[in-house]
Amino acid sequence: MNHILSTCVIIGASHAGVQAAFSLRKEGWEGEILLFDQDPNLPYHRPPLSKKYLTEELAIEKNALKPLKSYEKEQIQLFLGKRVVRLDPAQKQIYLSDGTKFSYDKLILAVGGVPYIPPIPGLQAARHVFTLRHAQDADQILQQVAQSDPLSVLVIGGGFIGLEIAASLIHMNHAVTVVERASRILSRVTAPEISAWLHELHTARGVTIARQKEIKQVKKLADQYLLEADDGESFIADIIIIGVGIRISQTLAKQAGLAVSNGIEVNAHLQTSDPDIYAIGDCSWHPNAAYGTYMRLESVPNAVDQAKCAAAHICGKQAVFQAIPWFWSDQFDAKLQMVGLSDAATHIHVRREKHSAAISVWFFQNKHLIAVHAINHPRAYVLGTKLIKTQALIDPRKLIDPEVELTPTNLIAS
Amino acid sequence: MAKITFIPKEGEAITLEGRSGSVMELAVAHGVPGIDGDCGGVCSCATCHVHVAAEFFSITGGPNEIEQEMLAFDDHLQENSRLSCQIQIEENLDGMKLYVAREG
Repeated sequence: MNHILSTCVIIGASHAGVQAAFSLRKEGWEGEILLFDQDPNLPYHRPPLSKKYLTEELAIEKNALKPLKSYEKEQIQLFLGKRVVRLDPAQKQIYLSDGTKFSYDKLILAVGGVPYIPPIPGLQAARHVFTLRHAQDADQILQQVAQSDPLSVLVIGGGFIGLEIAASLIHMNHAVTVVERASRILSRVTAPEISAWLHELHTARGVTIARQKEIKQVKKLADQYLLEADDGESFIADIIIIGVGIRISQTLAKQAGLAVSNGIEVNAHLQTSDPDIYAIGDCSWHPNAAYGTYMRLESVPNAVDQAKCAAAHICGKQAVFQAIPWFWSDQFDAKLQMVGLSDAATHIHVRREKHSAAISVWFFQNKHLIAVHAINHPRAYVLGTKLIKTQALIDPRKLIDPEVELTPTNLIAS
Repeated sequence: MAKITFIPKEGEAITLEGRSGSVMELAVAHGVPGIDGDCGGVCSCATCHVHVAAEFFSITGGPNEIEQEMLAFDDHLQENSRLSCQIQIEENLDGMKLYVAREG
């Protein structure tokens, strides 16, 4: 393909879409690059939205992924505040809500998802209900909580977003209750030991965590809300924050006839069922060559790694997606770092240190280390990363012995 | 204001002027190869690894505890290793040379 005369259109200008644009240039794409997003802000880092952006009221410009002049320098055309409403793969065109259309040779869908709002009676009608995914969501929360007298905040969902917001709002002197449906927080994503560690931290800092409860009804009081749980307990809140996951944005893909299941289906090169259309980031149901299975991951590293892979493949390289997933979450002064995929674990080993509260959980599939989740323990995280990549066999007795220093040679099975 | 020179593994040195923020942010804003800053500067990814030229290492100081751990098993670890997201731009860094540890 003649890259000079070609156009690559990218829909979605967050971590995945922006990385794809810059990676295309790095890989030698000389044609046009058009980057669309309905968010009017210059593309920004998402992770701080639940953290610094709330607690320090960091201006969104301070949070930009790249300064405007970088887009100009790399000749990446930004179309911000523009909504793509239709995709025509036969004509290779996209249509905006105002009727304008653009042609593409290659298209990248980096469309992400939208927060899921559970169908709880009374929730739709409540005015003080918030989700958090975009800067404007954080701004709406800030409008309520910044410089306000202490409020009662009820967070539905004890996942990363819910817990990070809880930590930030406690820091801002509000009263926070997290209601989690499962028997522990973060139950879908980590081991019970990590959940317990963070549960204790949140409780010690003043968060109330209610587990095994599902909110069934929201009733409006004079100027507050009454939330009733399935076990009869009820909560009173000034504002409600929902953090129970996302539904991926699949309308464009479906309407265009692309294969969609638990995400937009892609192959090892991140191409959808139409080879000129790629899907990356939160929205892609993708195979990972390092694991030989399909998955969908919601994380910045996954978005960035997929963007790099898709850009390389578009530019003619034989790129295959095989990145080892990693993730982090900062809550209060605790840093949780995770590497690998723990789903297929057959057993775990927990390592606790002598002189600190740091903890690391090591996930094994039979003899093989497949994931490490560590709190305040970057060393365990980076060592885990190395050992997973090299597929070294490690000795579990040495691993859990706090007298044995964490180094590759100390842990390798003899 | 400080002028900082980045020397990538391959390609030409890049000299940039920064006023505030971290050295990683300055590098990312100008696309210095090998400095990605994927975690946004919270010391979680180690994709902004640099080697500080000797005469400035005493000014920047060595890595903090989290940085040390993040770099513990890095293939490019040296005595003058730092994560550039943990170095704030200040005037006394004017003229500093940084060698980018990873390939771009």
